[in-house]
Amino acid sequence: MTMAVMFYIIAFVTLGSALMMVISKNIFHSALLMLISFIGVAAVYILLHADFLAAVQVLVYAGAITVFIVFGIMFTMKGEPRKTNPFSQNAIPAAVLILLFIVINAVTVIKTVWPFSNIAPPETTAKAIGDLMLTKYVVGFEVTAVLLLTAMVGAIVIVKGVKKSS
Amino acid sequence: MDIFLVWVDIFRNWLTAGIGVPALAAEIFIKIILVLIVIVFVCCNLIVLVWLERKFSAFYAMRRGPNRLGPAGFFQFPVDIVKMLAKEDIIPKAADLPVFKTASICAFITAILAWAVIPLGKGLVLEDLNIGIFYFIAIGSTGTIAFIMAGFGSNNKYSLLGGMRTAAQMISYEIPMAFSLLGVVMLTGSLNLSDINDAQRNVWFVFPQILAFLCYFISSIAETNRAPLDLSEGEQELVAGYFLEYSGIRYSLFMVAEYAHLVAVSAIASIMFLGGWNPLFGLTFIPGFVWMMLKIYFMIFLFMWMRWTFPRVRIENLMHFGWKVLIPVSLLNIFLTSIGLYVFQAITG
Repeated sequence: MTMAVMFYIIAFVTLGSALMMVISKNIFHSALLMLISFIGVAAVYILLHADFLAAVQVLVYAGAITVFIVFGIMFTMKGEPRKTNPFSQNAIPAAVLILLFIVINAVTVIKTVWPFSNIAPPETTAKAIGDLMLTKYVVGFEVTAVLLLTAMVGAIVIVKGVKKSS
Repeated sequence: MDIFLVWVDIFRNWLTAGIGVPALAAEIFIKIILVLIVIVFVCCNLIVLVWLERKFSAFYAMRRGPNRLGPAGFFQFPVDIVKMLAKEDIIPKAADLPVFKTASICAFITAILAWAVIPLGKGLVLEDLNIGIFYFIAIGSTGTIAFIMAGFGSNNKYSLLGGMRTAAQMISYEIPMAFSLLGVVMLTGSLNLSDINDAQRNVWFVFPQILAFLCYFISSIAETNRAPLDLSEGEQELVAGYFLEYSGIRYSLFMVAEYAHLVAVSAIASIMFLGGWNPLFGLTFIPGFVWMMLKIYFMIFLFMWMRWTFPRVRIENLMHFGWKVLIPVSLLNIFLTSIGLYVFQAITG
């Protein structure tokens, strides 16, 4: 009962801030509302007893990605801040696409048979995640690391190249 | 068993058995009271810290510091608080109102949230999370956003520059901070702060992890925005940085946040490196809580000593030092620690 009430409060905050983020005319406000949405997702993880995942969500999304997006906005923003996030002109194609998306999602959610588990959630999740990451899923883990390294080197090369040409 | 925990137990018994409150309601009520106690504890520290800071700065500049009100000027700050509360709350006309107003509250909340997992003695903790130190790092990373909000919401060039500098600085120094704490986590094999404290019964981690301790110390100066790394509020260039437009209670919330963060960072340093509430020289008759406070104030003394001894560095030197010195050194520490662990396991079998 308490869990259900908490879930609906968190869902309302998460989805509400996500909707406000799309509607807001000021792109800086949109970025901050996105932060609230991210933290709401972290709260859902905590409800599911995935405390480590929740901390990762806060660290990576709320702490790093939002800050970088805000950073980018600060560097590129000009003029009146209240008109920085205007609506698109293509309302009808967007509506059709969204309707399609909602229908597909709803059909899959209803058709899927959700397995229920009566096993109590594990006390510590960090150790199990670490073990799985470095044994069973080590290839994916390493590929991600290489991908991130490539992105970092690429960013450095782009910055250096601009310096040479100027 | 600590005296504070005994009091909490007596209070809980009185609530449930004495006046017949349901168990869940009593638990929630006690948690709320404990949270308030933590906030009051942080604010009490603030009074002592501001007095200490003024006295230290006076000592290093060969002045007397506050000396009129109370013993050694101790009541200067409480009077300052009254002045702050009575001040007019000035909000610039061009400010982004919702962002401007919530920024100071966000700074305060993120500084207080870190205190949820910091133990001040055996069991003296709001929530002894299994991922305690990771939670601390995660909450610390969200602190940046409050400073950006303040800088951006003020709609002032200097504030904006201060906010951007804070963001750049805090993001860069978070990485060596997390890496330096990783060495200790590797030694104990646990993210729980109480477990890390118990693992230091024989030897404090400052000795095997001296490199990590130095990295943590420097990066936490940058994280708390204190001189010599307080580029975000460099008075000569930016007037006051991100809180330039704030006055009265909103300004004081930023100050509370700064000092709460300072105490939190010192507490983490004493738990991770200085043995937490383990007594020194086997002096067990002194309670663990007192040892913990002594170590926290020793760390705060080091921070203040740095602040009033060294001049402020330039922004590019700060960024170069963070990325080109601290991160490689903290990575080297992780490398050396893992080799050391394997050698140790090979020897002891």
